[in-house]
Amino acid sequence: MNMTSIALLAWVRGPGFHIALAIFCLGLVWRLIEIYSLGRDPHLAAPRHRAGASGWWTILRRSRPSAEHESMVSYLSGYTFHIGLILTFFFFAPHIELLRRATGFAWPALPTPLVDAAAAITVVALGVMLTSRLLDPVKRFLSVTEDYLTWALTLAPVVTGYLCFHHLGFSYTTLLALHLASVEVLMVCMPFTKLIHFVTLFPSRWMNGDHFGRTGVAS
Amino acid sequence: MEVAIAKGTVYEALRAGGMSRRAFLQACAAIGAALALPPGSGRAIAQALTRTPRPSVIWLSFQECTGCTESLSRAHAPTLESLIFDMISLDYHHTLQAAAGAAAEEARREAMAANHGRYILIVDGSLPVGQPAYSTIAGISNLAMLQEAAAGAAAVIAVGSCAAFGGLPGAAPNPTGAVPISAVVRNRPLVTLPGCPPIGAVIAGTLAHFLTFGRLPECDPLGRPRVFYGETIHDRCYRRPFYDRGLFADTFDDEGARQGWCLYKLGCKGPTTYNACATLKWNGGVSFPIQSGHGCLGCSQPDFWDGGGFYRAAALPFGPLTGTAGIAAAAGLATGTAMAVANRKKRAAAKRAHQPITVADLEKSPGAQP
Repeated sequence: MNMTSIALLAWVRGPGFHIALAIFCLGLVWRLIEIYSLGRDPHLAAPRHRAGASGWWTILRRSRPSAEHESMVSYLSGYTFHIGLILTFFFFAPHIELLRRATGFAWPALPTPLVDAAAAITVVALGVMLTSRLLDPVKRFLSVTEDYLTWALTLAPVVTGYLCFHHLGFSYTTLLALHLASVEVLMVCMPFTKLIHFVTLFPSRWMNGDHFGRTGVAS
Repeated sequence: MEVAIAKGTVYEALRAGGMSRRAFLQACAAIGAALALPPGSGRAIAQALTRTPRPSVIWLSFQECTGCTESLSRAHAPTLESLIFDMISLDYHHTLQAAAGAAAEEARREAMAANHGRYILIVDGSLPVGQPAYSTIAGISNLAMLQEAAAGAAAVIAVGSCAAFGGLPGAAPNPTGAVPISAVVRNRPLVTLPGCPPIGAVIAGTLAHFLTFGRLPECDPLGRPRVFYGETIHDRCYRRPFYDRGLFADTFDDEGARQGWCLYKLGCKGPTTYNACATLKWNGGVSFPIQSGHGCLGCSQPDFWDGGGFYRAAALPFGPLTGTAGIAAAAGLATGTAMAVANRKKRAAAKRAHQPITVADLEKSPGAQP
């Protein structure tokens, strides 16, 4: 540990976090308004089911495993790392404290060993996802730089948080600074990459389902 | 004027002060334990102190509150802390010496001349290099006095967070331009013992190490002895199991506080603070702040005054987040609206510029088959 890590921690807790939060909020509101304002052509056909039902059905249908579309590896590791991320981010006591300070809302934390295990499983699942992406020729062909970038952006806070909690490799101060810095980079990138799906995932599925519910395509 | 030059060994001085040989050996064993040395080290320390002359110590106090000295001199029972003053020949110390004014300064100079290259220089307080006039002693600036005293010192010990890192005088906006001792002392062996104040046993242990082995203990990159500052308060805290179980006190008077749960949420800086409070403790091993129900302030870390508030958790960001988020969201609203308007105009322009193509147009195009 040295003065650099302490100065870095002070910066990421202070100006760095505020810059990241500002870009995150600005980008998120900007992109959501822009997406919404794109609009859609008015539907001329009547829905084949009750209005909106096809949208909800599509949300459900595309969220459950489907052997004809994707491998079980993708489903299992995908669900595993998403659930792991949610548990780690929303139920680790220091994270809840941060959210409480930012939003005013708080809830009970999970026992730390549970969150610790969730983080470790998340890292493994993300590793499986990358391996699958690299080994599967179709996935590899379809992958672009952004896919690998977002993978790294997602992994970095989990790994640095895990190392930080266990004091592995560097001093706690250094690791905490790196952890916060990785979260801030993630916050900056979220609105401008496909990571914005944390907001758009279900609305876009609903809109697709609703659209197909008014065409000849069964949904 | 007659100056008390160091005479006799440490052991002789301790015996003259009424310490029995048994108590001396016990103290040596305690020092060895505090330094995390092997079990037999107490004997080695005893042998060293038996033949080591009492070193002359010049103690300089600059921009400080005297809390470090108070901490050391207020021990009620014979402890490691109290031993410090028996192990050394304290030839200059503002608060503790009888001499005053010109006589005191003369005593300092004579002691330095008589023990040139052999005395230990202890410094508490930071240096006002930005505005030297803020702290002078007998008309001498702190910087000049330190440079003069450090030149002949065998080792320099920066006691307390002010001397180690600038401390309170160095806190933002640092009106005096305060710097730590390490900013000036570069060519002498230097060890920093931060804390506000530092633990007395840490000072005693460091002195004993120097007297026994003739060198300062191994230090971390901040110049702190690893033996005392090698682990965080959090890692050695008896409340750590509550942190691991997610059990926290939310206020100082809730059920969690009464149950002795973790004080992380109340701003405890234990996770980022390297010190020995949780193991050596204070007041003869009676307690330490967390045991008394208050979170660690992180006083042995650089710039702990500017850490964003004592009652804000260690990893939490500074400043009002709602304000930042609100302003950014408003900016996002404006940007998004502007982009939406621009997109609509673009689409409208494209629609206006659109020219439908008929079959007849295609047939007229060059290369078309007749």
